Amino acid sequence: MFSWDLLSGALVFGLLLGCFYAAVSIGLSVSFGLLDVPHIAHPSFLVAGGYATYWLCGFGWDPIVAGLVLALPFFALGVGMYRGYHTMFESRGTDAGLRGLAFFFGVAFILEVALILAFGVDQRLVEAPYIGKSIDLTEDLRVPLRLIVAFGAALLLTIGLTLYLGKTFMGRAIKAVAQDQVALSLMGADPVRVKQWAFGIATAVTAVAGALLIIVGPIDPQLGRVYIGRTFCVVVMAGLGSMSGTVAAGLILGVAETLVLTFFGASWAPAVAFGLLLVVLGVRPQGLFGR
Amino acid sequence: MKQSKQGAVTRRTFLAAAGTTAAALSAGASAQGAPIKIGLSIAQTGGLGAGGKAALLGQQMWRDDVNARGGILGRKVELIVYDDQSNPATTPGIYTKLLDVDKVDLLVAPYGTNPTAPIMPLVKQRGLLLMGNFSFEVNERIQHDMWFNNAPWNDSVTWFTGFIDLAMKRGAKTIAFLAADAEFSMALATGAKNLAKHNGLNTVYDQKYPPNTTEFSSMIRSVKAAKPDVVFVASYPSESVAIVRAANEIGLGSSVKVFGGGMVGLQFGPIMESLGSQLNGIVNFTSYAPEKTVDFPGLKDFLTRYAVKAKAEKVDPLGFYLPPFNYAIGQVLEAAINATKGLDHKALAKYIRDNEHKTIVGPIRYQRNGEWANARVLMVQFNGIKDKDIEQFRLPGKQVIVAPAQYKSGEFKFPYEKARNG
Repeated sequence: MFSWDLLSGALVFGLLLGCFYAAVSIGLSVSFGLLDVPHIAHPSFLVAGGYATYWLCGFGWDPIVAGLVLALPFFALGVGMYRGYHTMFESRGTDAGLRGLAFFFGVAFILEVALILAFGVDQRLVEAPYIGKSIDLTEDLRVPLRLIVAFGAALLLTIGLTLYLGKTFMGRAIKAVAQDQVALSLMGADPVRVKQWAFGIATAVTAVAGALLIIVGPIDPQLGRVYIGRTFCVVVMAGLGSMSGTVAAGLILGVAETLVLTFFGASWAPAVAFGLLLVVLGVRPQGLFGR
Repeated sequence: MKQSKQGAVTRRTFLAAAGTTAAALSAGASAQGAPIKIGLSIAQTGGLGAGGKAALLGQQMWRDDVNARGGILGRKVELIVYDDQSNPATTPGIYTKLLDVDKVDLLVAPYGTNPTAPIMPLVKQRGLLLMGNFSFEVNERIQHDMWFNNAPWNDSVTWFTGFIDLAMKRGAKTIAFLAADAEFSMALATGAKNLAKHNGLNTVYDQKYPPNTTEFSSMIRSVKAAKPDVVFVASYPSESVAIVRAANEIGLGSSVKVFGGGMVGLQFGPIMESLGSQLNGIVNFTSYAPEKTVDFPGLKDFLTRYAVKAKAEKVDPLGFYLPPFNYAIGQVLEAAINATKGLDHKALAKYIRDNEHKTIVGPIRYQRNGEWANARVLMVQFNGIKDKDIEQFRLPGKQVIVAPAQYKSGEFKFPYEKARNG
């Protein structure tokens, strides 16, 4: 059943959802895209960010504020985790192949079980003035405020990260370590410390994205599994390490999913991510914005 | 001296006393016997985990009550439990282990349709009694004559008659379906579609979505655009929450008279508390609501004791939906074992099939297909719900029973938009 009304609605919801997809993927774009770390536990960290937000909201905090505050401990967590990964794998040269992947799989499962033990298996939601309300864009198009807030926060997050990587000394060092680690060390910089910092940034961003996750919908300890495919798809489709590409890929995925869902049936929606990925990689193997 | 002689313990009297004590102890041990082992898998993690934990607590309470009374036939009851992670792929392996390694005496099915369906061929092949645990139409094709479901329903007709009747009596002509693409929800939706067709309702929107879909705004908008009179939803807990939220944000339109039907999750305390006022106006199935029309002997006492344990175990504090019916599984088994004086599965199944069973969820009599002969699927309408208050759900009038007629506790409010806004 086609109508212009449904089409305009699908486009709006797709853009909002797409920006949210970009926000939950952008941390991975740094850790996997720039640092080449097989961070399969990324979605579990997202969920952990969501639960930490839920915990702080219990004290009356706003979820966005909670996400921003959580970025600091998550940064420390990321630094510590990369340190462990480097010591156990990279420094021994055993990070290639399945070992690094297995390490992060293990981290994901441990995190999942820890969340179950701490919070139980019940779904958790948060409350905020912008959750459960909507605004009328047109007479027939009502949009949930939580999606608009998530859209705005995701946009700011992406712009902030792009500026940080492009304009600051440390940001440029992170980009440099992604390009040539040996050259960076010849310049007198310690690539391990730069990567450690970058992994911390990626994890801190995940805390904010986790807050967006629980704003958009209910979370449970195993929700991360739902996002593994989507987040990796966005990052690879964008071109590894491209922040603007991550936003573009997220938007394309969101719009395509919503259009398929509206006009062809929801059952096809999960296939959209990997269908698009196959097309993009077939036409442009380095990804949309990859070099 | 006499006294001393009487009180003196000679070697002969000591040995005699020791012998008597040993004999008595051994007789006691023989009466006590090995425990009756009841095996089950039940979701403790995954999508069904929240319900599974509460359900298991119900069965554990029955076990503790029985053991406090001295067990059954002088034998204690032991539950051997595995977490199936809400994953149907795990249950055939778990039940094979329960039978061949743990050597359990009796089986209780996993919670829910999806994890139960894969073990039906196994129990039929081995000719075993299986006590069902809130699954829907899993015995429809297998036709196992030793299957007995604890859920208060039968087929899809008994499930939805009340829901569809509410709409038909208010002049409904069109219906929209939204269902998760999984065994349970598809069976529910198929039944509802057949009943809708039988009643002449025209389907204007029919969408099945993959489980774990997180965002429903687009789908709800499409539903609204179709302008249905009835919106039927068959969903699992996480999706139910997202659907209710999206319906409140986007709106369903003024045409909708009844919204709800088969949403799993809206029976669980933590979800009800989280959604709060967003539940108002929704008509959904449940097994129990604290209304006078469904007050059975022993139920309130059970729920009071459950509430204390649930707090300690951090599970659903209300426990209306699954725990009492899980306790009832034990009561039915207990009655059958006592009556047949043994654990022979065929004898137990015959007893369960031929008799009515007194339980805390009311009398249960089974049909040939192992489902309730007198189905009692309650359609409740959420009414006057406030935010952030779980205790309100313990009061009558918050989940008004609007169907079936014999359990009705209040008037159905419609259309949905009006009922939603009080």
